[in-house]
Amino acid sequence: MVSELHRAALCRKDALEEERRVRANDREYNDKFQYASNCIMTSKYNIITFLPVNLFEQFQEVANTYFLFLLILQLIPQISSLSWFTTIVPLALVLSITAVKDATDDYFRHNSDNQVNNRQSQVLIRGSLQNEKWMNVRVGDIIKLENNQFVAADLLLLSSSEPHGLCYIETAELDGSENTPHLSIKSELRQSVSVTSELGDQNNLASFNGEVVCEPPNNKLDRFCGTLYWRDKKYTLTNQNMLLRGCVLRNTEACYGLVIFAGPDTKLMQNSGRTKFKRTSIDRLMNTLVLWIFGFLVCMGVILAVGNAVWEREVGSLFQSYLPWDPPVDNFLFSAFLSFWSYVIILNTVVPISLYVSVEVIRLGHSYFINWDQQMFCSQCNTAAEARTTTLNEELGQVEYIFSDKTGTLTQNIMSFNKCSINRQTYGNIHFTHLFVLGERLDFTPFNPLADPDFCFYDDTLLESVKVGDSHTHEFFRLLSLCHTVMSEEKSEGELIYKAQSPDEGALVTAARNFGFVFRSRTPGTITTTEMGRPVTYTLLAILDFNNIRKRMSVIVRNPEGRIRLYCKGADTVLLERLNPCNQELMNITSDHLNEYASDGLRTLALAYRDLSEDDWEMWSESHRCADKATNCREDRLAATYEAIEQDMMLLGATAIEDKLQEGVPETIAVLSLANIKIWVLTGDKQETAVNIGYSCKMLTDDMTEVFIISGHTVQSVRQELRSVHLPLQLSGVSNYGAVAHISGEFAIVINGHSLAHALEADMETEFVLTACACKAVICCRVTPLQKAQVVELIKKHKKAVTLAIGDGANDVSMIKSAHIGVGISGQEGIQAVLASDYSFSQFRFLQRLLLVHGRWSYLRMCRFLCYFFYKNFAFTMVHFWFGFFCGFSAQTVYDQYFITLYNIVYTSLPVLAMGIFDQDVPDQRSLEYPKLYEPGQLNLLFNKREFFICIAQGIYTSVVLFFVPCAVLSDATQSTGVPLADYQTFAVTTATALVIVVSVQIALDTGFWTVINHVFVWGSLGCYFAIMIALHSQTLFRIFPNQFHFVGSAQSTLLQPVVWLTIALATAICIVPVLAFRFLKVDLKPQLSDTVRKVTQTQCLLDGRLGARGGSRRSGYAFAHQEGFGELITSGKNMRLSSLALANFASRHSSNWIDTLRRKKHNHTHTPPNASGDLGAPQPYKL
Amino acid sequence: MVKEVKELVNRPDNTAYTQQRLPAWQPMLSAGIVIPGFVSIGLVFIGIGVALFVTSQSIQVLEIDYTGVEQSSPCFKCSDQTGKKCDCVMNFDIDSLFKGPVFFYYGLSNYFQNQRKYSVSIDYNQLTGDLDYFTNPDDACFPFQNDRNKPIVPCGAIANSMFNDTFQLFQLVNGQKKEVPLDGKGIAWWTDYNTKYRNPSVTPLRNAFNGTVKPPSWPQAAYELDTEDTSNNGFINQDFLVWMRTAALPDFRKLYRRITEGDYASGLPAGNYSLEIVYNYPVLSFDGRKKVVFSNVSWMGGKNEFLGIAYLVIGSLCVLMSIVMLIVYAKFKFPEED
Repeated sequence: MVSELHRAALCRKDALEEERRVRANDREYNDKFQYASNCIMTSKYNIITFLPVNLFEQFQEVANTYFLFLLILQLIPQISSLSWFTTIVPLALVLSITAVKDATDDYFRHNSDNQVNNRQSQVLIRGSLQNEKWMNVRVGDIIKLENNQFVAADLLLLSSSEPHGLCYIETAELDGSENTPHLSIKSELRQSVSVTSELGDQNNLASFNGEVVCEPPNNKLDRFCGTLYWRDKKYTLTNQNMLLRGCVLRNTEACYGLVIFAGPDTKLMQNSGRTKFKRTSIDRLMNTLVLWIFGFLVCMGVILAVGNAVWEREVGSLFQSYLPWDPPVDNFLFSAFLSFWSYVIILNTVVPISLYVSVEVIRLGHSYFINWDQQMFCSQCNTAAEARTTTLNEELGQVEYIFSDKTGTLTQNIMSFNKCSINRQTYGNIHFTHLFVLGERLDFTPFNPLADPDFCFYDDTLLESVKVGDSHTHEFFRLLSLCHTVMSEEKSEGELIYKAQSPDEGALVTAARNFGFVFRSRTPGTITTTEMGRPVTYTLLAILDFNNIRKRMSVIVRNPEGRIRLYCKGADTVLLERLNPCNQELMNITSDHLNEYASDGLRTLALAYRDLSEDDWEMWSESHRCADKATNCREDRLAATYEAIEQDMMLLGATAIEDKLQEGVPETIAVLSLANIKIWVLTGDKQETAVNIGYSCKMLTDDMTEVFIISGHTVQSVRQELRSVHLPLQLSGVSNYGAVAHISGEFAIVINGHSLAHALEADMETEFVLTACACKAVICCRVTPLQKAQVVELIKKHKKAVTLAIGDGANDVSMIKSAHIGVGISGQEGIQAVLASDYSFSQFRFLQRLLLVHGRWSYLRMCRFLCYFFYKNFAFTMVHFWFGFFCGFSAQTVYDQYFITLYNIVYTSLPVLAMGIFDQDVPDQRSLEYPKLYEPGQLNLLFNKREFFICIAQGIYTSVVLFFVPCAVLSDATQSTGVPLADYQTFAVTTATALVIVVSVQIALDTGFWTVINHVFVWGSLGCYFAIMIALHSQTLFRIFPNQFHFVGSAQSTLLQPVVWLTIALATAICIVPVLAFRFLKVDLKPQLSDTVRKVTQTQCLLDGRLGARGGSRRSGYAFAHQEGFGELITSGKNMRLSSLALANFASRHSSNWIDTLRRKKHNHTHTPPNASGDLGAPQPYKL
Repeated sequence: MVKEVKELVNRPDNTAYTQQRLPAWQPMLSAGIVIPGFVSIGLVFIGIGVALFVTSQSIQVLEIDYTGVEQSSPCFKCSDQTGKKCDCVMNFDIDSLFKGPVFFYYGLSNYFQNQRKYSVSIDYNQLTGDLDYFTNPDDACFPFQNDRNKPIVPCGAIANSMFNDTFQLFQLVNGQKKEVPLDGKGIAWWTDYNTKYRNPSVTPLRNAFNGTVKPPSWPQAAYELDTEDTSNNGFINQDFLVWMRTAALPDFRKLYRRITEGDYASGLPAGNYSLEIVYNYPVLSFDGRKKVVFSNVSWMGGKNEFLGIAYLVIGSLCVLMSIVMLIVYAKFKFPEED
């Protein structure tokens, strides 16, 4: 991917573009700049360049270069202890496997490039529309897009069929090279510069000759700055005027755009590149070990070279009558030097070339298993899980920290009106089970033609209560239909669309709508509703807006009868304090209900009203006007006036909204935390919302000893708050934060974004990590995307643990990229998170399967694979070392050279690959039932330096046995014909056969899951060994190449000897029996959980009662995802300008004034730190 | 309908393979298998070990070092000479019948036939009788490739260093020397004799060697190796074949002759014997040793005590191990079996 970008850079002219000038409809002018054409090329090679470029790339790998170096060494006759083909055959094999993989990848890229490049688009050329292929579109062309068409390049929107030059786009398929269809995710609105929007038809556009000067191509998807010069005027261009390649035009008949960036310059292509290459810890360990092995290799070489020097001096020099020294090698020191290199050649198989390629093959296999897993396929959104990175699989088995986004990841971002309490009566108490719902879903249509058909409610007593005209119930829903800041859009009679600023409000207003109190429309001064089929218009006197401190909002309305009433909804904690004392009894019952809702994890609001007399209103109105006009402390004064009137209210009831969790979230979290994985929720949401979700997904429980909330605004206060947490946690101090001892009870910590900013500072971060890691649950709220990444980096830095970040939106990209493993939730919000991720699937609950099943297996398989791989190569290679002591350290090999060539790639490769791909210690269901099985991965128990040394030791032990047993037996043995067996070739065949049998028996022991494939590979490899050996030792081959196959007859002659087989059996027994005994005793004395689980196939579920119900408690379930500032906008009427387009467009078009308003407010708060700025902490406006 | 088709596209295949549910055998190292397994392996090994040991005990071996290091040795006089022909006689007694067929080996110690440069110093093409390689021996033969610009045939260090002591064995019966007939046929590998080494199809054989020279250490050319049996000459000379099959270890023995004929077909009777040695081959310079070995064989070849003992030891250890495992197992049973 990096090289793609690199190439893309090369395609462009050498000089960096400083600014871009584009003149519409002027190809000659634009051609001067040689802008990139709209032809994209993500492929790397063509037929001619494939071989050289691919080989060049492959030889940039250190391992490949090393083997090339060995090959060169082997071509030096004095050194060459092995034929050149022992290296070139494996090297060629490895290179060709990689080349085939690269070629296949590139073939698909070519295909997708072709498909994309050949899409048709309509280009305005000389006043007429012509069909052109995408690749022929040039910068400066004006192209016409029709509804549902893909945007061909980055366009400046000139005009559209919609009023005001508006058009809607959808940012689906943000990656042209992906074949997977992604659901439409995010709709956005774009508007053309007002002056061009009047151009209208193509004749005007054909004569349009404006010139755009803008920034050079870059990868910032959300930013564009440029200027349009036309008819001697300047117009500023922003991202709002741009249509980016990869988006789809929606709900817009047609639009025209000017091509600004084409092909590789488009933001989409500039973004298509994985900048960070992730490596797994096993990778790093493996590299370290390979370096150690190199060191070991050099040591062996030196030992043997010294031996050679001694031998040549003491023996070789005297043996010269039979073997004279070569004239160039006339002294023992030089001979030793050459011998060193010769030994480097024959001992190089301790680091086999096939290691890396085998690891890649195994990981690829695991990735396919993830892609193929039906249990990670979501049928609702028709998306299968996808391993976008194939190199990280085993790290999935080692995750210790999960950082999760909230909205879209844990929750569906759907609010549903679930329960309510009206006048001592609670409604909606329906017990849900997984499979069916007790009770019928209510059908509102006969009762109310304006009802929203998607609304679900199951308790018909509430509907009955409305029908019989219970006044409390009516007032309750009237409040819900009036007290809000929702905008409505009525496309045709009765077809209402609510544009709510927060989904909570939407849910409440929709609930009121279905129960017969339909909010129809509003103006700055009125609200029109239909109450039980009767249209009513209220005069909106004031909106007492919501904010985080007030935690409530009120409206003051005058009904048609002229009565003035204040309706208030807000957090129970603030609202219940402001009630008329006569409500005491009702309040007690209602707050019981509220507690009940809160313990169900529902978001609650309490509702109240107050009747105002005309005088009250006049008086208050006056004071309000005063406060409103005040120049200093306007906020405080307003708050004071609000406070004054929101008193003495009458309680109406309470609502409970369910922030719908994704399916299976609490269960998944419970299972993951049983697996000792710590889950941190990092969300941009407000503290209450986050805490609420913490409860509803069972991260926080009422059983917890304490939930600490850290929300200090200054360094000191944050430090103090952190310190205060230490006491109950009994942390002994910052210095030894590694050992957190004896935490009695469960703790959780909730930290705010602005406090987090301080906690992440260098002097406090260790303290923060110490505290946070001692807690069972950590929730960070109001965090910015950057802080999300910082938190991940912090844990990576301090805990040396594997981190996984999961999220769905653009604000999670930074965290996904910085975590060891990034997981994107696909099909929800945007595609950026998926594009940045390593794994993607569509449901949070698949995470448990990904980690506990796939990750665990991958880790297990990879570890077993590595252990065995190092073992078999040490067993194979070290025999040469021992033989060195008996052959004058002359780098004579023990085996036939063909055996050396084929050992790693034919005789022993497939069984271990099969084990690495298919092995299972316990079935997938068991790994989910016993989450503790995940722990060995986190503790890195299965493959670490210790395990490595054990493998090496076993390998060396095996090599000792394999050399000395045949040595001892064969030195005196003879055939039954009296011919001695101690000749070199018999010895070579015996040792090689014993080796193949021993390592085959060992893999048979290591394989815990014998599928057909394992059987075929293990028996096949053994069969292959004998077949190939007999073929290579056959007379036919010898007659053709006498020089190459001089082992003629050895196989037959050797393998017919009973002594040889007795030797092999003996060696095998000596190698395997201790291993077998050791393993048996280990399973018996110190059984791992996996052994137990494997053994006990039928047992009760070990899951403890953590999933069980929690006791009730008194806490507020208040949470409301709402921003302040809307009331003011409504009463000012600013947002009514384009009422037909309603609020969806609101945020984007008015974001500037809206945010300005917010900022003004924030800055008036003197104690607000600058890093708690509303624009980063408030995700809602950006999600629109 | 469309939706269904679409779903088929994305839904992963539901096969045992893709869902990792292939039927599989999942062996466990359970006590029920391992302990009886160890016992049976142990018993089998002990059985084999006893058989091997007993067989090995019945095999007679007689080794005589004739290097002549000690002054008392009859061959001492020959040991300081290099290259010059020297005869010596070693006398020995056999107490009881040395059961036949008896094999007669010569052995060398501290002799590195497995040295890499030594063992590659050979031209396999030449030795298949390919005349092209008679004139142009392979570079691997260097420095025994050419001698004064004439190609050496057979070239290379292995051929050049061919063992050339010869032996005659006599039984001393009443002061009379009675020659024990030695059979030198079929002492090499069948494939060596029939495939790997071929004489060029030139008759007489010596013509093939025109323009070549014999290896420098050889007293006579390859076509004159056996003066008695002309078919045993050239590259298919049995002694040559035996020598060319290089040894794996620096102490080795090679088959010299079989004693299978005449009065000695059933073995060497007890008595006094005299071994007449033509001592040509110098080994003392590199502290080598030369010996002759008489041995008979069983079904499993020559005397091999190591194998039997090793089997006995491993077998006993297996049985011992199984007892230990049984104790451990009884004491610390698998937790779930409680």
